[in-house]
Amino acid sequence: MKKNLSYMDSVHRDGTIWNLSVMVILLLFPLAVAVIFNAIPDWQGLLMGLISTAPMYWAVGVVETITFVPMLGAGGSYLSFVTGNISNLKLPVALNALDQAGVKANSEEGEVVSTIAIAVSSIVTTLIIILGVLLITPLTPVLNAPVLAPAFAQILPALFGGLGVVFVSKNWKIAVAPVLLMLVLFIAVPALNAGTVGIMVPVSVLFTLGVSRVMYKKNML
Amino acid sequence: MEFSVNSPILFLLAGIVVAVVLGQSVYFLIKAWRRGKAIGMDKSKLKRIAVTAAVFTVAPAVAIVISVITLAKDLGVPLPWLRLSVVGSLSYETIAATNAESAMGLVFGQVSELTATQYVTIVLVMTISIMVGIWLVPVIGRKLQSGLINLENRDKKWSDIFSNAMFIGMIAAFLGYVFCDFSGVFKGELQGLIPVLVMAVSALVMCLAGALVAKFKWRWISDYALPISLIIGMVSAIPITNWLS
Repeated sequence: MKKNLSYMDSVHRDGTIWNLSVMVILLLFPLAVAVIFNAIPDWQGLLMGLISTAPMYWAVGVVETITFVPMLGAGGSYLSFVTGNISNLKLPVALNALDQAGVKANSEEGEVVSTIAIAVSSIVTTLIIILGVLLITPLTPVLNAPVLAPAFAQILPALFGGLGVVFVSKNWKIAVAPVLLMLVLFIAVPALNAGTVGIMVPVSVLFTLGVSRVMYKKNML
Repeated sequence: MEFSVNSPILFLLAGIVVAVVLGQSVYFLIKAWRRGKAIGMDKSKLKRIAVTAAVFTVAPAVAIVISVITLAKDLGVPLPWLRLSVVGSLSYETIAATNAESAMGLVFGQVSELTATQYVTIVLVMTISIMVGIWLVPVIGRKLQSGLINLENRDKKWSDIFSNAMFIGMIAAFLGYVFCDFSGVFKGELQGLIPVLVMAVSALVMCLAGALVAKFKWRWISDYALPISLIIGMVSAIPITNWLS
């Protein structure tokens, strides 16, 4: 007898099939290159390269998954973890869409809205990269022009300035403690920079949840 | 077949992977759109969300194209195209490629011609090292979502605060990051002010957009306020950088 699947069940089923398929296809790429060009990997280089790269990114990957899935929604998570650029693009797009639609992230409408926003963002990104690859010769001098470099170097401040106003103003009581903590940490600790901001996201999220819980229990929210 | 980092066959292979990932995005878009209509969401609202997301994505996507160009110097075009369309980012791919090349005695940025063996090794390091999210979401995504639904059923108010607190926590980390070079200002190094001023411009534009919406009820402004603040913030970085550098 065919079991009736809820929408969320079907999202998880389809997402699992898609993500595992993409994973296999991604691994087939180096395999195909090796077969076509009759090349075997440099095993020692591979091992050393993995030792110096994988442990950190595996740890970050686990923490990011736990942190971002509740924010991205189910469909948005399956897509975002395949297409990447989560904190600098997919999550802001989803947040903006939820705000624009006036729906909550943990509602079914929120699930629909964040999935649509993230899917559209992924499609547009992919198409623009394809266009960039097709036009790489004429585009390279334009996009690499020194005059434009500062604009592209400051995408994150330009993005989070606008986003910060929207969300901090709506949740200022929740925002005071984490914003102050992060300001102090990033100003005082030289090791915190563009390379380590990803690690600080879960730290900040956990801290914010803890402070919010205490404030909620004391009827301050 | 003779190997080259820009071999047409590599474009074909990368194109196949990118097409599959594009297919996944289209599939989920259609699925969510149908569900939205089925639960009575206004079609024009869904359309507005899609258009805003598309407009908002343009500038960051162009930045990703620049990353492709940057990485193409060492790795050719097909591999950065693939890596930055699927999972990757400039910082991650640079670190992974640097580590893999260094393990084989090469220096990133100074490689004139990779062999097929070196290329396959680099691709494997890049691919295996950043795969966790792709398989972990299917493994724990459902449990995390169920946990949130249980939370919602148990205590709706706390569930809403929980959700907002996660978003605020993420935004707070990036607001802190904007100030990461700020301590140099105390020593007279004004470059640390550049991201802070850019953020302030973007925030001001957003405030202005909010005021215009409140005063004139121009709904379209609120739809495009974030992309507009992003672009104006980025453009402001050009004179601000020239001024403070």
